[in-house]
Amino acid sequence: VMFCRLLSVVGRQRTSPGWQNWSSARSSTSAAEARSVALPTQAQVVICGGGIMGTSVAYHLSKMGWKDIVLLEQGRLAAGSTRFCAGILSTARHLTIEQKMADYSNKLYLQLEQETGIQTGYTRTGSVFLAQTQDRLISLKRINSRLNVIGIPSEIISPKKVAELHHLLNVHDLVGAMHVPEDAVVSSADVALALASAASQNGVQIYDRTSVLHVMVKKGQVTGVETDKGQIECQYFVNCAGQWAYELGLSNEEPVSIPLHACEHFYLLTRPLETPLQSSTPTIVDADGRIYIRNWQGGILSGGFEKNPKPIFTEGKNQLEIQNLQEDWDHFEPLLSSLLRRMPELESLEIMKLVNCPETFTPDMRCIMGESPAVQGYFVLAGMNSAGLSFGGGAGKYLAEWMVHGYPSENVWELDLKRFGALQSSRTFLRHRVMEVMPLMYDLKVPRWDFQTGRQLRTSPLYDRLDAQGARWMEKHGFERPKYFVPPDKDLLALEQSKTFYKPDWFDIVESEVKCCKEAVCVIDMSSFTKFEITLNLIGPRAVDVLSELSYAPMTPDHFPSLFCKEMSVGYANGIRVMSMTHTGEPGFMLYIPIEYALHVYNEVMSVGQKYGIRNAGYYALRSLRIEKFFAFWGQDINNLTTPLECGRESRVKLEKGMDFIGRNALLQQKQNGVYKRFTMFILDDHDTDLDLWPWWGEPIYRNGQFVGKTTSSAYSYSLERHVCLGFVHNFSEDTGEEQVVTADFINRGEYEIDIAGYRFQAKAKLYPVASLFTHKRRKDDMELSDLHGK
Amino acid sequence: MSSTVSYWILNSTRSSIATLQRGRRLYSRCVSHRNKFKWRLFSRVPPTLNSSPCGGFTLCKVYRHTSTEEDDFHLQLSPEQINEVLRAGESAHRILDLESRVPNSVLQFESNQLAANSPVEDRRGVASCLQTSGLMFGIFDGHGGHACAQAVSERLFYYVAVSLMSHQTLEHMEGAVESMKPLLPILHWLKHPGDSIYKDVTSVHLDHLRVYWQELLDLHMEMGLSIEEALMYSFQRLDSDISLEIQAPLEDEVTRNLSLQVAFSGATACMAHVDGIHLHVANAGDCRAILGVQEDNGMWSCLPLTRDHNAWNQAELSRLKREHPESEDRTIIMEDRLLGVLMPCRAFGDVQLKWSKELQHSVLERGFNTEALNIYQFTPSHYYTPPYLTAEPEVTYHRLRPQDKFLVLASDGLWDMLSNEDVVRLVVGHLAEADRHKTDLAQRPANLRLMQSLLLQRKASGLHEADQNAATRLIRHAIGSNEYGEMEPERLAAMLTLPEDLARMYRDDITVTVVYFNSESIGAYYKGG
Repeated sequence: VMFCRLLSVVGRQRTSPGWQNWSSARSSTSAAEARSVALPTQAQVVICGGGIMGTSVAYHLSKMGWKDIVLLEQGRLAAGSTRFCAGILSTARHLTIEQKMADYSNKLYLQLEQETGIQTGYTRTGSVFLAQTQDRLISLKRINSRLNVIGIPSEIISPKKVAELHHLLNVHDLVGAMHVPEDAVVSSADVALALASAASQNGVQIYDRTSVLHVMVKKGQVTGVETDKGQIECQYFVNCAGQWAYELGLSNEEPVSIPLHACEHFYLLTRPLETPLQSSTPTIVDADGRIYIRNWQGGILSGGFEKNPKPIFTEGKNQLEIQNLQEDWDHFEPLLSSLLRRMPELESLEIMKLVNCPETFTPDMRCIMGESPAVQGYFVLAGMNSAGLSFGGGAGKYLAEWMVHGYPSENVWELDLKRFGALQSSRTFLRHRVMEVMPLMYDLKVPRWDFQTGRQLRTSPLYDRLDAQGARWMEKHGFERPKYFVPPDKDLLALEQSKTFYKPDWFDIVESEVKCCKEAVCVIDMSSFTKFEITLNLIGPRAVDVLSELSYAPMTPDHFPSLFCKEMSVGYANGIRVMSMTHTGEPGFMLYIPIEYALHVYNEVMSVGQKYGIRNAGYYALRSLRIEKFFAFWGQDINNLTTPLECGRESRVKLEKGMDFIGRNALLQQKQNGVYKRFTMFILDDHDTDLDLWPWWGEPIYRNGQFVGKTTSSAYSYSLERHVCLGFVHNFSEDTGEEQVVTADFINRGEYEIDIAGYRFQAKAKLYPVASLFTHKRRKDDMELSDLHGK
Repeated sequence: MSSTVSYWILNSTRSSIATLQRGRRLYSRCVSHRNKFKWRLFSRVPPTLNSSPCGGFTLCKVYRHTSTEEDDFHLQLSPEQINEVLRAGESAHRILDLESRVPNSVLQFESNQLAANSPVEDRRGVASCLQTSGLMFGIFDGHGGHACAQAVSERLFYYVAVSLMSHQTLEHMEGAVESMKPLLPILHWLKHPGDSIYKDVTSVHLDHLRVYWQELLDLHMEMGLSIEEALMYSFQRLDSDISLEIQAPLEDEVTRNLSLQVAFSGATACMAHVDGIHLHVANAGDCRAILGVQEDNGMWSCLPLTRDHNAWNQAELSRLKREHPESEDRTIIMEDRLLGVLMPCRAFGDVQLKWSKELQHSVLERGFNTEALNIYQFTPSHYYTPPYLTAEPEVTYHRLRPQDKFLVLASDGLWDMLSNEDVVRLVVGHLAEADRHKTDLAQRPANLRLMQSLLLQRKASGLHEADQNAATRLIRHAIGSNEYGEMEPERLAAMLTLPEDLARMYRDDITVTVVYFNSESIGAYYKGG
């Protein structure tokens, strides 16, 4: 029944496609609405949300053979953000996984019309990303390099070429652009309807005007959902509720925190131009002007991401706010001016409408997918940061794979819901953070960017102390972490000016901190890495002297070998746990100090350390030290899908000890068959630190001219006086592209290049361990695998 | 510029109060506030001027990470930041009265609050009566702490609502309590940001409310009290309950200490009850309510609905003299204060001015740790014939006419800075702008160029940045305009960057609620008979 109803809606739409018949679609459904349909009492999967996410998950689950699926939509199908979506499908994303999702969506939507017979308005227009500044062009070049290596055609073009692609554009202020020819525009509502109808044909039951009240959970496992039309027992629940996902997550007895927040989003629709714009006219993204422009029914559709967003629905669904979603022309003025600057000929174009459609944003600008760590069987796909249409197909596919197979076919680590804690679920935090995130959509993304909102939430007891000594801070999971210490006589650039893809202004500062770690002793407050106590990291050859003077205990390697832990007294404070490791490969100690002793121990260390030349150091020094020692950071370089063999730590795994552990067989098998990727260190050879672009992470790695992988982190090594990149090397078959075993020999016998924004730099590859790099005497057991969550 | 001004204030105040006098030209109106603490006692204790310079900048801490220049970050607020600070306490509600047949006479209200005390001592409340008809708006200005204002803001409306209930409803309520069934809902609160409720004590309060309605039941009145009576009784009943609660033995220490704080601090109150065309205003103290009236010829005027109960009110002076022996004529008001200590002559709480000395001593000697509670054991001199202070309100009735456009209720923090006429003028300006805001965009320009130039014009004229909320606009002008009534952005920034411990010397807590009437529906009342 439902399916026929759907088709009738769709059929009607086909006769007069486009925005105008929203109202007609509404009236036709409401006529059909009189029939009340009883909900089934049980199903394997209940999906909440009939937007593009929900329908895509339903579509892919049903394709993969799961049939017992119920999709619930509180209003009408594809009537939320999906309906108002600007309909631009763009593959130019910052993360590779996002690029892959968008690429898959593109291919899916292309054939959807053929598959379902429902017109989706898919038109391949291509898109052009404009650069008004050199920095923007660098940013585009970085994306361009990454698109090319996964097989999405794109190129950097000159302003002249831009003018050829779109005759209305003013190109005088451009320095270049990126052209992605296979990007498309499509009607997202029709895509959702097509996905729904295909899913429905595969057996998915779809019910609209049915609200999920809350999800029932027993013993940490989904057991069913309570709706306004009755209960449904189920094993799996998928929250695709878009901007209401947060609210729905909290409505459980055992709340699921899904940190996202909506902002109002405006775009303009115009009447057709005198000579109507062709439907193949490319979409323009002018990020420096904060706007996007696409062709729309002979006229244009143009919106943007303004500097001063208007967050909405902070207190949850609010009828008053929904009714008040109005045109706000004053708010739109900067974007309108920007549009007219970019396309001056549009002046005389007639206005049709200013659409206000809230978009959902997440605290880190990445979408949210995966299973709740708190409730088994509770899956989430939401928080698309206004790229719902681009991600819809791919994200739905990955989530369906996740549910059916237990893991998706691609590594979606960066998008996993588990990356957030309870910390990010405060409404105030979300409201403030999305006000920063939304403009960031079009801000220049430079290396080492720190969020400015939601700061100073968790701080070490030494925060004020360190702040007074010139600490500059970054934030990780709400915890403030010192980056480096600005000496009193030194001035740094203002925040806005310090954004650069080149050598940063703190280069010398961190150098002196690193030097001090190597030659004397530094103290780094590592409390952001621990939960309950404060942690001081004493790094450097004189750390031994400082600590033995404070504890009257011998601290030499004979008494206190590397990687040992002792409880001892430091100053007046007793019971301080001291570990002889530093997470950097340098000699030194970690001190785990109960909070009440924090200030005392810190003061003692600083005053005793004075004669050994002690100083504060920050996280950037630590980073430089650990990367030049080839230490991987969990979360940044390696994650739950990396094996010890792949990152060269097989010596840390006792396979022959006769003890069984989870994954032992897999490791044995891997040991026998070989690994398909290998964590490798690259030392850039012909890279000029002062003049060349700096590596960041995500740069493509080329071996003998062939793409073999991407970097995961990088730092300047002050001792090697070279840049060091870490990353994984794969071995793709030249014929089939299939992954093959990566041997040490394969790594060692290659000529490597790292692609930084299109410029390739020669690099030497090293496998772990790399003892030969450093000549100074090292401790005999100086191997650590850091388990810190790092950036 | 803004930074230098506020730096100047900070430095000069830090060095000595005397230098502050140099600033009289610019800050004359604010400096006078040094003497305007409601309780004289507090003005004798100089604010801690030697506290750390950064200690009070919680307001600016929010912006810490937006600036890398450590030196000036806390003293410069951008216009956006100023707006953010000013708008933090905003709330606005459009009254959606879809259930009732007659359109509501109240169209919407806008409210805002800006703190000078830390924590803020003003309170506000808006609620609709669910068992009778009518909307209530209240402003409560606390002194000597916020406890009393908090209690009055939470409880007063319940007393009024109960007073207005019919005998039948009261019986229903009583029956529900007796049979442990859920009560009928009494009020629907329209919340403001930052509203808080002391959950622990509500049960005690409910008991006392119940005693009150039991007494009302005993009166056997079919229809409940008239609104005038209801307001009159509710004020006095609540004040006497506040006074009795602390005299009765209370087991729970938290409740007991709270009751003590409520009774020994004070609050003035001004509330309006709007039901159709019937507007009642009850006032005790120096909050004020005024009506903005537009005559048929288009001229605006101001109709005050309350009289400030303070030393400048001759009627109050005569009342006080009438109520006390002639021998006290010279001592009852000294230095424009009641007994030389309190500025308003009517208030809730403040039992120091209501109880006999003996009662005060006997209550306080029951083992309260008065020092820890920040209660001053203090009886003013010339304290012969208490009570000197009353919470009895002056109730005004006004029959709303189509020309009555809006009602402004505000604490004295606003009225100290702006005259009634200023306030009406500003709200009218606000309405005109909102109108202009609507009209020129309603006839949408034909094309993008025309739209852009219109938008740019609006931006240039500041329309774009204008406050959406009339209460915010009033507060902005109250603290930001000079003695000639002109806005000075530097002054506004300076006033908002004052550290907590200095803010109270330059301005008082300001709370404003602007209620807009629906002239059409008021007109309909007259036409319908």
